[in-house]
Amino acid sequence: MKCMFCDSVATVHLTDIVNKKKREAHLCEKCARDRDLLPEQAGQAIDLKALVNLMMAPEPPVQIAPATTVPVTLNCPRCGLTYAAFKGEGRFGCAHDYEAFRSILEPLLERVHRGTKHTGKLPAGARVAARSARIAELRTEMAAAIGTEDYEQAARLRDLIREMEAAQ
Amino acid sequence: MNLDTLLPNLGEWLRGTGPESDVVVSTRIRLARNLADYPFTGRATPAQKTEIVSKVKDAIARVELPFKLDYHDVPSMSVLDRQFLVERQLISRELAAVLEGPRGVAFDVKESASIMVNEEDHLRLQVLRSGFALDDAWADIDKLDDALESRLAYAFHAQFGYLTACPTNVGTGLRGSVMLHLPALGLTKQIDKVFRALQKINLAVRGLHGEGSRAFGDLYQISNQVTLGKSEQKILGEIKEVILTILQYERQARAVLMKERKQAEQDRVARALGTLGSATMITAEETMELLSVVRLGIHLRLIEDVPATAVNQLFIQTQAAHLQKLVGHALDGEERNAARAKYLKARLRDLGSHR
Repeated sequence: MKCMFCDSVATVHLTDIVNKKKREAHLCEKCARDRDLLPEQAGQAIDLKALVNLMMAPEPPVQIAPATTVPVTLNCPRCGLTYAAFKGEGRFGCAHDYEAFRSILEPLLERVHRGTKHTGKLPAGARVAARSARIAELRTEMAAAIGTEDYEQAARLRDLIREMEAAQ
Repeated sequence: MNLDTLLPNLGEWLRGTGPESDVVVSTRIRLARNLADYPFTGRATPAQKTEIVSKVKDAIARVELPFKLDYHDVPSMSVLDRQFLVERQLISRELAAVLEGPRGVAFDVKESASIMVNEEDHLRLQVLRSGFALDDAWADIDKLDDALESRLAYAFHAQFGYLTACPTNVGTGLRGSVMLHLPALGLTKQIDKVFRALQKINLAVRGLHGEGSRAFGDLYQISNQVTLGKSEQKILGEIKEVILTILQYERQARAVLMKERKQAEQDRVARALGTLGSATMITAEETMELLSVVRLGIHLRLIEDVPATAVNQLFIQTQAAHLQKLVGHALDGEERNAARAKYLKARLRDLGSHR
């Protein structure tokens, strides 16, 4: 058989099936190389596997959340958005929808983002609130440490609290 | 500010400078933010949208910023002006032509920062940088966000973060995107492999004008899809790592081109310049494809007398709305193709590159 591009003998035979339609190509080695159908000498072609591995590495495996049954009556008491409307448009109507639709939202977020908890920037107000909450937590821990007469731990917590309060 | 004054400028993203500018055209970061106490734009009444606009305008006027932001009302803007701002990457096609009601955009004279009001979210902050500059762009937009937040109460949730109309943007509300010019990966037919790998790690690849647009002139935008569960630094760091890998592949492919078919490339660049300088009818798509060849020729030093910024100038000025502003009146498709060819011919003659 002759190469479909030149008169040399075809040594590369390709078959591909797209949408149930079969296509065949017969080429000589040179023409196949020219069209990037054969791997070139090492180093030039993209090492796809290495690329994927490099970029996939830090990612946790995808977890597909189990399908949940959605109550038909699910809607937002504030803006009146119904589940059907949300499903149709893919958009929420107001900030309260995040609470009203929480049951279907969390599996959705897990699928889209592989996460359900914000770990980035906080608005200034939330930053202060988060710090106050952390200080309150430390105070409880300190009280518990005093209760168990672990004074060393209590002193460490006291210093930490002072440090955090000073930074405010 | 009369929008026509922007016409001769290149705008920040086409300045053609910045780190890695042989491959990276520009860097963009956007943040989606909503005001607490109002429904999202899609369900807000016209009266509420008017209130949102005036609150944002008021905040912009009062905050301390390193640049001055001017607000432009979109509904009262001509269709041509709206298209013009889309071409300059200052507003989305949605804000220009799809959405309704009170809405607008504020941006600075350098076109490096913009704030769309009443897009899908109440606020879409954007910072543009020439070249590969994710860290700088983040520093700028973080400051802009802090400044606005000191005057506006944002919709924020302790678990879900910054709340957005679409749950695909919730959390950080951040989309970092880097526009790359990848002609050599295209020529050596390796581009699809790269993009398949990107999709596996949840990075999106888009054409010049964002979602759903085709990739013309070997220009691609790479951006994150995940906005929740990772910090801004982590999201941007992941994009950065991937871009550096792609940069390396593109440069490798360019080196191979120069080694194995320099003569053929030289010919292709000369022919591209020839067509651009002598056609009497030319579409925007063909112009972009040919300019891509010229741009590659400049970076491979196959031509010396055309500066990279000139290519960017030709690229932006030959887009439909820019062209009509240059000519000074509306043009239909055929007339645009003729006007584009005429403009290219004149500009290339000025550059002295068309022999």
